[in-house]
Amino acid sequence: MRIIGCGNRERMDDGAGILVVQRVCSLGVNAAIHSGEAAALIEAWSGADDVIIVDTVVSGAPTGTVHTWDSRQPLPLPTSPASTHGLGVAEAVELAGALGRLPRRLRVYGIEGRQFDFGYNLSPEVRLAVRAVIRQILTLVHTDLADGRSEPARLSSE
Amino acid sequence: MTGRTTTIRVNTLARVEGEGALYIKLAGERVTDVRLKIYEPPRFFEAFLRGRHFSEAPDITARICGICPVAYQMSAVHALERALGLSIHPAVRLLRRLFFCGEWIESHVLHLYMLHAPDFLGYQSVVEMARDHRQLVEKALRLKKIGNRVVTVLGGREIHPISAVVGGFYKSPLKQQLHELVDDLKWARDMALETVHWTAGLEFPEFEQDYEFVSLRHSDEYPFNEGRLVSNRGLDIGPAEYEDHFVESQVKHSNALHSVVRGRNSYLVGPLARFNLNFDKLTPAAQQAAQDVGLQPPVKNPFRSIIVRAVETVFACEEALRIIREYEPPPVPRVEAPNRPAVGQAITEAPRGILYHRYALDESGMIIAAKIVPPTSQNQKRIEDDLREYAPRVIAWPLAEATWKCEQAIRNYDPCISCATHFLKLVVERE
Repeated sequence: MRIIGCGNRERMDDGAGILVVQRVCSLGVNAAIHSGEAAALIEAWSGADDVIIVDTVVSGAPTGTVHTWDSRQPLPLPTSPASTHGLGVAEAVELAGALGRLPRRLRVYGIEGRQFDFGYNLSPEVRLAVRAVIRQILTLVHTDLADGRSEPARLSSE
Repeated sequence: MTGRTTTIRVNTLARVEGEGALYIKLAGERVTDVRLKIYEPPRFFEAFLRGRHFSEAPDITARICGICPVAYQMSAVHALERALGLSIHPAVRLLRRLFFCGEWIESHVLHLYMLHAPDFLGYQSVVEMARDHRQLVEKALRLKKIGNRVVTVLGGREIHPISAVVGGFYKSPLKQQLHELVDDLKWARDMALETVHWTAGLEFPEFEQDYEFVSLRHSDEYPFNEGRLVSNRGLDIGPAEYEDHFVESQVKHSNALHSVVRGRNSYLVGPLARFNLNFDKLTPAAQQAAQDVGLQPPVKNPFRSIIVRAVETVFACEEALRIIREYEPPPVPRVEAPNRPAVGQAITEAPRGILYHRYALDESGMIIAAKIVPPTSQNQKRIEDDLREYAPRVIAWPLAEATWKCEQAIRNYDPCISCATHFLKLVVERE
């Protein structure tokens, strides 16, 4: 399993994905920080069988809503990620699909953000969502560990 | 159409690096109002830099733009080195030019293939384009990745590079590390040449304007990060004189400031300006590639900027190969930078055009004032002026198509709205 947290830590709620990754890695889980730029993201998951991405989105849902999507379903992701990184996660997923470069399984956790000004504070609802996503990912990882599928922890950024 | 008022309102522009909105109002075929709206709060970073030590400026300003962090870092370090009276080793100078090569390749390719080409081919997105032109998009991704790789080798990572500092680099690469890029860069150069020919085969509307082009000009090289600031209307100044000749003003409908040449009007920065003012400094192969497709200065059709970006990508690949051939590591990767009161300015050529930085420091090296003028905010008035002329030509078309054409006209400038206003959102809504 490869876990990738996308976003911009300097843009308030857009740092949610990065905080998730930093926390899970501190707990010994293999994870990577990424800007979320589409072309580079496709490279980042290249070769991985099972990928989890965490990013901030804006869809109009209440702040802190956690959208989840699994590549085994049609893509219902909001087409307007609150991406401070150009062509973002949604475009990466769609482009990879068009090019036949999706991993066998790709899961996306999109945390609904509200504020994207410069700074490091998260909206309270986003902070709660970050914790919820961390718990969900740890559950997935522990299941994989029990099945002998996970790799040793390593935090990296692109 | 006579007497009918038509309003084109695109609330959020797609496929620009950032968030913006376009409002055009026409009475019949006459444009009565054009407003390029930038939603973002005013530039935060100038305030954020105050009270920070100058050594933090490269890292902080690199976060203004995820696509052109190198240019922000380089404008910062050059301005601060000028302020502090530092001289840079020639090998460090070469490395900085190589750094720019990487950024230009990845930024130009991103825009050219993934943001702009879909317009010309009639696709709403590169995803749709990839379904019909898979091999082309795969090659484009590989070309972009090579640019990213150059930036990573020099900067430590491709987004928000961490190695550039005032005085040089934290660590200079070994010759062998750069040599490992050669095969990829040769492939990239060949792909860039193909791209010149491919883009030249696209269909372009006949649309030319009487622009004042503004760019850097250097006596020996196609400009990245050094030179004087020149224009096709007689401007020829050093970076320290920028604020004497360019005026920024607030406009009600946008949070980005509008720039004009003092005593004159809007101006254009970016690849067209560089190409028109520095054609003689391109490598022979890049010049030949342009001439082979009938592209010679002055190019006044902004839609043809896509070809110019391809030519500049050829140049960047060739320049990167030259630098790697000539490079020998410096004796030390950086010189020490003292703390002292100082003021310094610099201009570099971000992929989208000139980027101006000014810093004032106190006796402890703390930044007491900073000014950053991004290329996209300098182009914003020019974009509006283009739309004022262009919109009447397409307004007779079905509204959706006319809207798309106006969006395409904005994308000619590869506007990095995040640089001008520091926010990104990619949604298209049409009313």
